[in-house]
Amino acid sequence: MQKTFAQLGFPGRLIAVEGLDGSGKSTQIYLVKRWMELQRLKVFFSEWNSSVLVKAATSKGKSKELLTPTTFSLIHATDFADRYERQLLPLLRAGYIVLCDRYIFTAFARDCVRGCPPEWVRGIYDFAPLPDMTFFFKASLEVSLNRILDGRPELKYFEAGMDLGLSSDITESFRLFQGRLLEQYLAMSTEFNFIVMDANQSVEAQQAVVRRLIAARIDLAAFKSTHG
Amino acid sequence: MKTRSKTASERPLRARGTVPVGPVLIPRPTPKRFYGHGIPGVNPARLTGKLIVVEGADGSGRSTQIQRLVEWLEGCGHATVQVGLKRSTLVSEELDRAKQGNILSRTTMSLFYATDFADQLENTILPALRAGFVVLADRYIYTLMVRDLVRGMELKWLQNLYGVALEPDAVFYLNVTPEELVQRNFAKNRTLDYWESGLDLGLSRDMFDSFLNYQGRVAQEFLRLQQIYGFSIVDGNKSAAAITDELRKKIQSIFSGR
Repeated sequence: MQKTFAQLGFPGRLIAVEGLDGSGKSTQIYLVKRWMELQRLKVFFSEWNSSVLVKAATSKGKSKELLTPTTFSLIHATDFADRYERQLLPLLRAGYIVLCDRYIFTAFARDCVRGCPPEWVRGIYDFAPLPDMTFFFKASLEVSLNRILDGRPELKYFEAGMDLGLSSDITESFRLFQGRLLEQYLAMSTEFNFIVMDANQSVEAQQAVVRRLIAARIDLAAFKSTHG
Repeated sequence: MKTRSKTASERPLRARGTVPVGPVLIPRPTPKRFYGHGIPGVNPARLTGKLIVVEGADGSGRSTQIQRLVEWLEGCGHATVQVGLKRSTLVSEELDRAKQGNILSRTTMSLFYATDFADQLENTILPALRAGFVVLADRYIYTLMVRDLVRGMELKWLQNLYGVALEPDAVFYLNVTPEELVQRNFAKNRTLDYWESGLDLGLSRDMFDSFLNYQGRVAQEFLRLQQIYGFSIVDGNKSAAAITDELRKKIQSIFSGR
């Protein structure tokens, strides 16, 4: 079993949020970031799939629908490795609290739904330690779907899992794909010590719980910035 | 030199140069398998072609040999396809750019090359093998693994990563001493390449020393992989003609199922 950053003796801590699109996880991690910034803590926020260099290849692959489950998995692993080695790792060495909107579990869930062998995917990502805390925002499938389908009716090809051929109707494909992702997340929940959050609750109720749990687990005062 | 036979049955036709044109040989089918889990949904039993890999450092004579093998194979009636590193539609441009700037760290670089490899595997190698072609690979996963091993990556991690790869029907490693490689590189390019000298490793500020040191390490790692994957080591210091001869004989025996 992989170790966490704390177990490996890193001065920094990594907190990850995971969940389906529309589970409200990004809102929650944003509020955690603001909470920490306002306390002048050394905090850094990182999003899945945001590195500049690999983005070019990813979007080319996506727009031309060139990606297979294997190359989809590998290009995202490349992207993650780039972000991990150049950004997350140095920050964690420097004693930052790093907040990740999605971490390796997103890859585990997506790639496995696409048919990649779980051991293979996990083996590839085993250069990355586990988060010190992982919040999983569990909303009912209908709630997640409605949030996404109401707000942003134009679904993207891969996001809707169209490559899986579950349905030729993109909305239906999205529903089925999200359902399968949810199964994957729930199956990982115990193994990786997810803190399961009831994402059907109000934003404030969830944030109160998240803040309380973080403050109980991490000595926040030790992360006060001494530079500006 | 061109020679013409009086009738086709009297003696075999000779194509230009030394390439003999013999009767069309139908290769015996041999079972294929992936090193690990392979590619989801691909049935190796349907891959009826042959995959032949030529490995070796820059200047080991890889491309010369591949060119000669292609001529010979086509002369024998086999359809061929060539693949190599950094030739995928998906990421080859990005990889080139990344190498110029030397901005990627080792895991990222490793995965980037693996993506390039997987893209070619799925879009070129496997379809060609399904169609019964002979695929000639100018380097394969071994070069990629060796580069990473020299840079301190774990063998176990790399073996898992390249579990997607298909086991070739033959792998030839053209083994050339680092001293001979230096001479060939200078004769051809007048300079040593940054990556082929392993300058990113900081082994030496002196490029010549770094090249020898790096190529020595590469050769060592190749020999380590040879123990695992059992590929044929070919003495690359021999003449090109002698090497071609050796490769042909080995391929012939593989095709006839020996």
